[in-house]
Amino acid sequence: MFELSFIWAGIIAFAVLTYVILDGFDLGVGILFPFADGEREKATMMNSIAPIWDGNETWLVMGGGGLFAVFPLAYAVVMPALYMPIILMLLALIFRGVAFEYRWRTERWKPVWDFAFFGGSLVAAFMQGIALGALVQGIEVADRSYAGDWWDWLSAFSLLTGFAAVTGYALLGATWLILKTEGSLQRQMQGFAWWLAAGTLAFIGIVSVLTPFQDPVYFERWFNLPGSILSVMMPVAVFAAAWALFTGLNAGKDGQPFLAALTLFVLCFIGIGISFYPNIVPPSLTIAEAAAPDESLLFALVGTVVLVPMILAYTAYAYWVFRGKINPEEGYH
Amino acid sequence: MFDSFTAETLARMQFAFTVSFHIVFPAFSIGLASYLAVLNGLWLKTRNETYLTLFTYWKKIFAVAFGMGVVSGIVMSYQFGTNWSVFSDKTGPILGPLMAYEVLSAFFLEAGFLGIMLFGRERVGDKLHMFATAMVAFGTLMSATWILSVNSWMQTPAGYGINELGQFVPENWWEIVFNPSFPYRLTHMVLAAYLTTALVVGGVGGLHLLRNRDDAPARRMFSMAMWMLVVVAPLQILAGDMHGINTLEHQPAKVMAMEGHYDSHPDGAPLILFGIPNAEERRIDYSIEIPNLSSLILKHHWDAPLDGLDTIPDDEEPPVAIVFFSFRVMVGLGFAMLGLGAWSLWRRVKGRLYDDRLLQRAAILMGPMGFVAVLAGWITTEVGRQPFTVYGLLRTSDSLAPVAAPAVAASLLAFIVVYFFIFGAGTFYLLQMMNKPAATPHLGLQDGPIRTAGTTPVAQTNPESIPGE
Repeated sequence: MFELSFIWAGIIAFAVLTYVILDGFDLGVGILFPFADGEREKATMMNSIAPIWDGNETWLVMGGGGLFAVFPLAYAVVMPALYMPIILMLLALIFRGVAFEYRWRTERWKPVWDFAFFGGSLVAAFMQGIALGALVQGIEVADRSYAGDWWDWLSAFSLLTGFAAVTGYALLGATWLILKTEGSLQRQMQGFAWWLAAGTLAFIGIVSVLTPFQDPVYFERWFNLPGSILSVMMPVAVFAAAWALFTGLNAGKDGQPFLAALTLFVLCFIGIGISFYPNIVPPSLTIAEAAAPDESLLFALVGTVVLVPMILAYTAYAYWVFRGKINPEEGYH
Repeated sequence: MFDSFTAETLARMQFAFTVSFHIVFPAFSIGLASYLAVLNGLWLKTRNETYLTLFTYWKKIFAVAFGMGVVSGIVMSYQFGTNWSVFSDKTGPILGPLMAYEVLSAFFLEAGFLGIMLFGRERVGDKLHMFATAMVAFGTLMSATWILSVNSWMQTPAGYGINELGQFVPENWWEIVFNPSFPYRLTHMVLAAYLTTALVVGGVGGLHLLRNRDDAPARRMFSMAMWMLVVVAPLQILAGDMHGINTLEHQPAKVMAMEGHYDSHPDGAPLILFGIPNAEERRIDYSIEIPNLSSLILKHHWDAPLDGLDTIPDDEEPPVAIVFFSFRVMVGLGFAMLGLGAWSLWRRVKGRLYDDRLLQRAAILMGPMGFVAVLAGWITTEVGRQPFTVYGLLRTSDSLAPVAAPAVAASLLAFIVVYFFIFGAGTFYLLQMMNKPAATPHLGLQDGPIRTAGTTPVAQTNPESIPGE
């Protein structure tokens, strides 16, 4: 009964994608934080994500915890393989996470926690990009465990995906702020978003061109039928999203740039999924191999089917409660 | 001496360090979330401003502590894989779904409603805000339920089979979730969390009463905290006793180490109040004992025979000294809490609850002791499980990830530096916040963006914010 593991692969992919687009924009806000012009803008930027960042980050726990639950072998292989980037990401998220509360509790140390917010966001984004690149490159597996060296994750390609993630997250952050702010901060972000969009598209292009050469399987996938259909469709879709992004920016639209930037991320994610399938840890571990027994998959699925729609509903409600432009005077500190 | 720092030792140190730091925050936030829900409910019901003042005061403290709990918890969710990947591969089919349920039913609930609880009263109105506060409290309890189920299964595994790959596979989910020690552990932990919070609240109340005997919020929190001790401390001692009997049944070696019974006692075992375990000669030096009391407590019979560690193979024996001492710290503090509660009850009956300076000082002294007791309790149960990760079935030495010792050492060092810096600062801010009386209108920095709502009643400043009223 292979269907359960594939349903689960879809759910995990959904959780990771949700994480990437939700925490992506709030990490992006952190990356752009140093460009804030004075305390008022800093407060605006931080308050735009303060009520929701915690929920966003929970999807990361869902991704990791879900992997442990339903693909324990993949979890057991990937975590040691990506030991350093994951530890660095966790440490970065610690600094960033506490900054939300700490910066309001001190005057003298405020610059320290502001830097922690920026640095934590930057390093976390960079490490996530590196982890993705390292995964795309492939992870050596022998005898149900990681068999590579503990520096394998570091390569020119993974550094490239690291920079790509930082640029892409910053784009999401800038377009989010266009949506949530007005006045000079919004104008500044419109300027940033234009350059970040150009950078993100350049990275998407370079990474897309290089990815098929990371593994012959990817090459097959993209340059043989039916993959070739996708190889043509994906750039077209990316082009359409890019067009929507730039026209939205040029027309000074509030929401369109953010939605277009999110679409870009979704497309990239689909692209990665096409490359990976049916592997979960390329090149050698398939979804079916890494899956837990059906009893585990089924038990977890029952709750997931009930709870995930509820989670999405109250998450959407929380976003709706805090809709509209940010008032910098607001905040509970 | 550095030869002894193998990857396993380092990974164990890292896990012990990160989990010890982490456990402190959930222990506090479980209790505090419930306290906030009660305060918010009382405010809605009575419209007594003291409750709103207290809610606002503790809400900010909760936010800081919760933030620290979240970030240290994310570390935990990945550490199973980074340092204990073999354990993850083998137990994943059983523990993974339980943890997934924790994320789905607890973490999202807490995180989703936290924003509304902290920032949303004006936006959603009192009733939905109350709902959000209750959901945060409910989420912390759900989280405790699932994680205690996970931990209990590692202590008293049930409902599993073992497949050809050496993985534990589920056979009966009911037996897995409600494994033999789960109800005892969950009760013991939740009561511990409530006691911990009550002690902190009582300590802060005591501090402000010492400074100003007429401070209404301080009186209220001191009184509420002392009631909590009166009710919960005896319950906790009862729950602890039942938990001990359950442990004797399923993990006898742990109880032997806790009690310091190196030798079997065929005619009834004494209770060793204190002593120093001597691992080489396998006895307790300088011990102060009460004859037969250990048998009475554990088997409810004066002369009941009790086995000692001499019946356990040497390579299955837990480290005695750590378990022996940490257990005594926990029990000693438990009785101190009971004493504080009894003292406050006596003063209350006499009508002198707010006047006894000595009682207030004792409450301040006991303020942090819940954390110490929680840590001591976890050390007792976790070290007592050694040398196994899954009791009797999977050894700690066979659970390790194939990571090099230098990598674990480097990350351990990084965790130590970062944690002391981050959580040191956090603790400082928490103490600073607690040092301010709840009655002051501005709890944050004077020049920070201070919201008017929350420090003055919303209904008076912004009547439009409450739909339907």
